Amino acid sequence: EVFLPEETRSAAPVDFLQELPSYQSALRRRAAAGGTQERRTAPRGSEGLRAAEARGPEQEGGELAARPARELPVSMAEKRRRRDCQQADIKYLSGWKQWKRASSKSLKKVLNEVKELLSYLELWRHDIHSIEGKFGTGIQSYFSFLRFLVLLNFIIFILMFSVVTLPSIISKYGIFNSSFAKIPPKNIEPHCTVYKPSGNKGLVYFYTYLKDLFSGTGFLKETSLFYGYYTIDTAWLSILRYNLPLAYLLATFAYLGLSLLWIIKRSVEGFKRNLVRDEDQFQSYCNKVFAGWDFCITDPNAARLKHRSLQYELQTDLEEERLKQKIAGRTMKEKLRIYSLRILINIIVFAVLSGCFYSIYRATVFSQENSNVSIRHDIRTDSVNLLLQYLPSMVITLANFIAPQIFSFLIRFEDYSPAFEIRLTLMRCVFVRLANIGVLLFSLWSQISYCATDECKACGYNYELYPCWESAVGQEMYKLMIFDFIIILAVTLFVDFPRKFLVTHCSCKPVQWCGLQEFGIPDNVLEIVYGQTICWIGTFFSPLLPAIATIKYFIIFYIKKISLIHTCKPAARPIRASSSNFFFLVVLLIGLVLAFIPLGISIAHIPSSKACGPFRSFNTSWAVVPDTILGFPTGLQQVLHGIASEAFAVPFFMVTCLIMFYFIALAGAHKRVVEQLREQLVMESRDKQFLIRKITEAQRS
Amino acid sequence: TCEAEAARAAMGGSASLLPRETLGEYQELTFLSKQEILLAYKRFSELLPKEERENACSARVPKSQILTLPELRANPFQHRICRVFSTSDDRDDSMSFEDFLDMLSVFSDSATSDIKSYYAFRIFDFDDDGTLDRKDLEKLVNCLTGQGEESRLSNREMEQLIQNILEESDIDKDGTINLAEFQHIVSRSPDFASSFKIVL
Repeated sequence: EVFLPEETRSAAPVDFLQELPSYQSALRRRAAAGGTQERRTAPRGSEGLRAAEARGPEQEGGELAARPARELPVSMAEKRRRRDCQQADIKYLSGWKQWKRASSKSLKKVLNEVKELLSYLELWRHDIHSIEGKFGTGIQSYFSFLRFLVLLNFIIFILMFSVVTLPSIISKYGIFNSSFAKIPPKNIEPHCTVYKPSGNKGLVYFYTYLKDLFSGTGFLKETSLFYGYYTIDTAWLSILRYNLPLAYLLATFAYLGLSLLWIIKRSVEGFKRNLVRDEDQFQSYCNKVFAGWDFCITDPNAARLKHRSLQYELQTDLEEERLKQKIAGRTMKEKLRIYSLRILINIIVFAVLSGCFYSIYRATVFSQENSNVSIRHDIRTDSVNLLLQYLPSMVITLANFIAPQIFSFLIRFEDYSPAFEIRLTLMRCVFVRLANIGVLLFSLWSQISYCATDECKACGYNYELYPCWESAVGQEMYKLMIFDFIIILAVTLFVDFPRKFLVTHCSCKPVQWCGLQEFGIPDNVLEIVYGQTICWIGTFFSPLLPAIATIKYFIIFYIKKISLIHTCKPAARPIRASSSNFFFLVVLLIGLVLAFIPLGISIAHIPSSKACGPFRSFNTSWAVVPDTILGFPTGLQQVLHGIASEAFAVPFFMVTCLIMFYFIALAGAHKRVVEQLREQLVMESRDKQFLIRKITEAQRS
Repeated sequence: TCEAEAARAAMGGSASLLPRETLGEYQELTFLSKQEILLAYKRFSELLPKEERENACSARVPKSQILTLPELRANPFQHRICRVFSTSDDRDDSMSFEDFLDMLSVFSDSATSDIKSYYAFRIFDFDDDGTLDRKDLEKLVNCLTGQGEESRLSNREMEQLIQNILEESDIDKDGTINLAEFQHIVSRSPDFASSFKIVL
């Protein structure tokens, strides 16, 4: 019997194998790391020899065992022995080295204490841990994502509040000897600056306040919730001059940049892993088998479900592989048929999307024309009016519900592999949800910029209907957010719980076939990313919106948790934790990038309203930046102009492209080298076995 | 050591908590935090009968008791885990408190991926011969899919699966996966760190 694990197939005993240099160095390394515990893993017959070998190289292995004791893969008693050995060795070191070791040890202890304290501050630690135990890491990653969004929104709120809202409130109420100034804008037609927000006059019913709360009009319109409150050109806090317009704009850029950086930081890990893995789209078999079992599972029911889902996953992947081989063997006629079918279905998808966009456009225009948001009418006492105001939100929610069903029905005809099917449907749903917001904003702008008369053209926007158009946009975003929250609440209360009730108490066939709700992670993630995109777009027009978003996501966490525990069964096709995290952050990033576009257009292209807001004296909101730069010293101005000019931008872009191509080429070269080394290893192993066989034959004869 | 401290504590009649020095030592020798070690001590002493709880440090808990822990109860690798971490001389897979801490340390969040992959290899090596051969892999897949007859993969599927696994991970093409190959393939596996985790 041979005890070298790599050579189990060689039949005859070959003692000289121990003399191979590679075996000796491996043994030495193992002895330095493992010590006498190695005895137990070796087969019985070779124990004595191995022990002798292990004891031998140990003295030389002394300086190799510089690792801290806890990183050694041995039992506690052995670790203790090694640590005492290390400490005994320390006495022979110089005083300086002793001090360095002692200080690094105490520093590590302090850091550990701090980390432990910080972990107590982690929000919902216990809840997420129990979810992980019952439902696995895939669903747990959704809840961690939700927690991340709560924190992100809270930080954005703190940012906007401290930079924009707090100075405004302080200066408006004259606290700390502060004051503010409203500089009347020059070169502006006087009719553009007329703004009389129709607040609640006289005696009003209580339910008017409730309606105002839901639609953002009335008393809510003049609060610091909306853009119109910040009609301050400069504020003086004691003797400091605070440039509120510039602060408002910079705070907007700051929260966008902060979100971008934070998301990228979180997704870097997953992205690196996705780059390294050049295998097929979904994970390799090794990942599924070696990292397949979730050791966090504590519930026997969940374990049974996990077994079944693992079996299902492995069988599906094996089947997919067989399908791929079949696809590779397709004839030309079949390929033609499939491709023409796919083109047809993509046209249908395009038609569905156009239908959604057009209906949203019509709904928004209708709502704006007929509700009193545009102060055409003054009657505000019917609930039809409230319904009209929420019409765009309702149409969007309906589109967001119907379109994914259509997509998942259509994709079956396109004959893709199951993995690609899921990805493509997801991408289409993401696009639908996020583009719907874009269409809503576009239709709002078409209303706002619609100009028939000359006077209107002088202002640049429809000053009669929208004297303070940013507040109007802010109101729409506010309504979208409230409606989204109401829908999530309503679906949980009126769909999930009754369904669970029906399934448990009614045993007729169709009900049982329908079964319990599955916790579909992609749908839930799209829901909250949609809400977050609204928040990002709306914060410029309504600085306190992130606070509402924080509270909304906070409540949604508990709603989803209760719904999951009481009304859901785990998904048949599980999503893995690693790919989930990356997928969530990619979708969030897409939402953020899509939020840049409307904000960019609002800030830089559409003229800001002259009747309210901090940008009254400027052409567009962006104009405050060139204005401030003109106030800088000439040298700095020239530098900034140089950076913004084409003479700098084009070479910069070219250099960035060159660096990117260099790194892509480097990565390709590394991959080729790795492939060559693998082939070489295989060759070496075969050579070794060949030589051993020859030597054994020679020995025998 | 822990036994000496516990003996002193028992003689002094103090409560059955871990003495501070031992706590510090365990923090140094494992990846667990102070709270986690205390929680582990509490859970471990609950597994012992009442009269042995004073010397929880030196007692050994039989395997049947260990397997009643919720973290291990539903785990298909429960027997292998007990076998790998147990330092019992009679090979009955009973675990002492230090074995228990060792196990929690390897499965904790802060353990290095090196040590996790080493112990994962030991756990998956059903016949303890130092390599993962086809039989080991077959037993591994059967553990994953469940213990019933209908939950096993068919022979053809098993062959295809093992063929794929060996293709991906067996670098020197000898038909088995040794420790180095296993550590290499697991280091590129994105889910390993998050799934090879037990938190009390």
